[in-house]
Amino acid sequence: MGGQHERTVHTMSGLFSGVVMRLTLRAIMSRKRALLFAAPAVILIGISALLKATAKSPVWPPEILGTVGYLILALTALIIGGSVIGAEVEDGSILHLLATPISRRTVVLSKYVVAVALTMAFAAVPEYLAGAIATGASSSLAIGLFCGALAGSVIYNALFVMATAVFSPSRALAIGLLYVLLWEGLLASIVPGVGLLSAEHYSLAIANSIADNSALHANLTVGTGVGMGAVVTVAALALAVNRLSAFSIKGDVA
Amino acid sequence: MTAIELRGVSRWYGNVVAVNDITMTIGPGVTGLLGPNGAGKTTIMHMIAGFLAPSRGEITVAGRSSWRNPAMFRQVALVPERDSVYAFLTGTEFVVATARLHGLPDPDAAARRAIELLEMTEAQDRKISTYSKGMRQRIKVAAALVHDPEVVLLDEPFNGMDPRQRLHMMDLLHEQGDQGRVIVFSSHILEEVERLSGIIQVIVGGRLAASGDFRAIRRLMTNRPHVFLVRSSDDRALGSALIGRPAVSAVELTSHGLQVRASDYGTFTREVAGLSRDHGIRLTQLLPADESLESVFTYLLAS
Repeated sequence: MGGQHERTVHTMSGLFSGVVMRLTLRAIMSRKRALLFAAPAVILIGISALLKATAKSPVWPPEILGTVGYLILALTALIIGGSVIGAEVEDGSILHLLATPISRRTVVLSKYVVAVALTMAFAAVPEYLAGAIATGASSSLAIGLFCGALAGSVIYNALFVMATAVFSPSRALAIGLLYVLLWEGLLASIVPGVGLLSAEHYSLAIANSIADNSALHANLTVGTGVGMGAVVTVAALALAVNRLSAFSIKGDVA
Repeated sequence: MTAIELRGVSRWYGNVVAVNDITMTIGPGVTGLLGPNGAGKTTIMHMIAGFLAPSRGEITVAGRSSWRNPAMFRQVALVPERDSVYAFLTGTEFVVATARLHGLPDPDAAARRAIELLEMTEAQDRKISTYSKGMRQRIKVAAALVHDPEVVLLDEPFNGMDPRQRLHMMDLLHEQGDQGRVIVFSSHILEEVERLSGIIQVIVGGRLAASGDFRAIRRLMTNRPHVFLVRSSDDRALGSALIGRPAVSAVELTSHGLQVRASDYGTFTREVAGLSRDHGIRLTQLLPADESLESVFTYLLAS
């Protein structure tokens, strides 16, 4: 070789990379999908305002915001968390990130943080606004639902980022949908033990610890919710890092 | 010495063997992986770059396994074939971002240098989404070279380039190779690498079929015999007339017409029309039978 190239290489061991985060954010916002994020939030706030004006029964806020609100949270996380890595794997642009010495852990965590922040902005904040419209800005229900939704943003995104790193992006989306609609939406309310493996129930447990409202149907204690949520989040992210470290270009026999 | 080594490398997908027991060493200078589409070139590229684990065998780059080794990209660059860049960025933003991902101390200066090298300065402030395919290819190469890598892997780098861009790219690759870098590119079009010199590795059907010097292969290509399928109003008479010509080395009468092996492409194609006219034979078909890449490569193998 014509001599080793001497140069200072900055440390690559940081947990987050500003460049990866900026690229991820711009990639997401440049897609038409970005408009989709805002739609459910607007609908939720609209429903809340409408019910506030028309509903006679005072029970609707925890019922609606606990179910519809958290469903919107899950689906928003699915769209965002499923695309921060998934969309780039799909179009192949992820190679430009992975063909650099940046660690896979940094790639996963940077993208994950962006997904969490966006989900908080597009689902948790609207959940709070809806709660505030329903029961007042400083009501324990609004604040409880907000905190639960913040935690939900953290947990759901870990799950969906992991899913795109483990499965193909389209399959990850399908699995995510099944998880949200079937596992959490249907089974968790019928079969008691299922709630133990439900990000929605972790979030509801956290919300209920502040709101203390039986209409939220939180059937886990806050300790279980926080503990399980933390374990699931860390495990999912670790698996995502592991899978991305073994990232293979697929279906290319040529 | 930075070198790429493949030892007994195979890769299969289920029952399909994409790469079959390849052993080769690639050193400094320009090396071309040539072969028809589906020969396994891209699979080999991906394995060298660590984006695919070999099913069997071992691949090292600069002495270390490339699988699960992103630190390798401090010295290595990959230009993927897929035309997938962050189209929402401008050329400069893309190359600067890449420089930052490499942790370069002065990303802007490094990006400027790489963009100049690829003659992309004029278009650097435009969004990549507005680029032609050739320009995208060049901005990808600029990003790949931004950290001054010692090994550069380019998968079908000439795709979508016009002849002038192609020449410029070839000159650039040679320059880089002459500076002691290991430059590996893949291509399925023999003509487009005609002007390159260096080593070529011919991959056919997942196997390393031949390796050697560009010039030797090029000579073989120019001198190779051509097979034509000829149909006429009287195949037998035409056949006997053709066999008398020096440009024709063999004639076979088949049920589909004449199969003519010409040792000199130019002379044969010039002579055949006049010859048939002189004999009062009407030519109904003159088809080159072996112009497919596969046959060219197969011929190269046999030589």
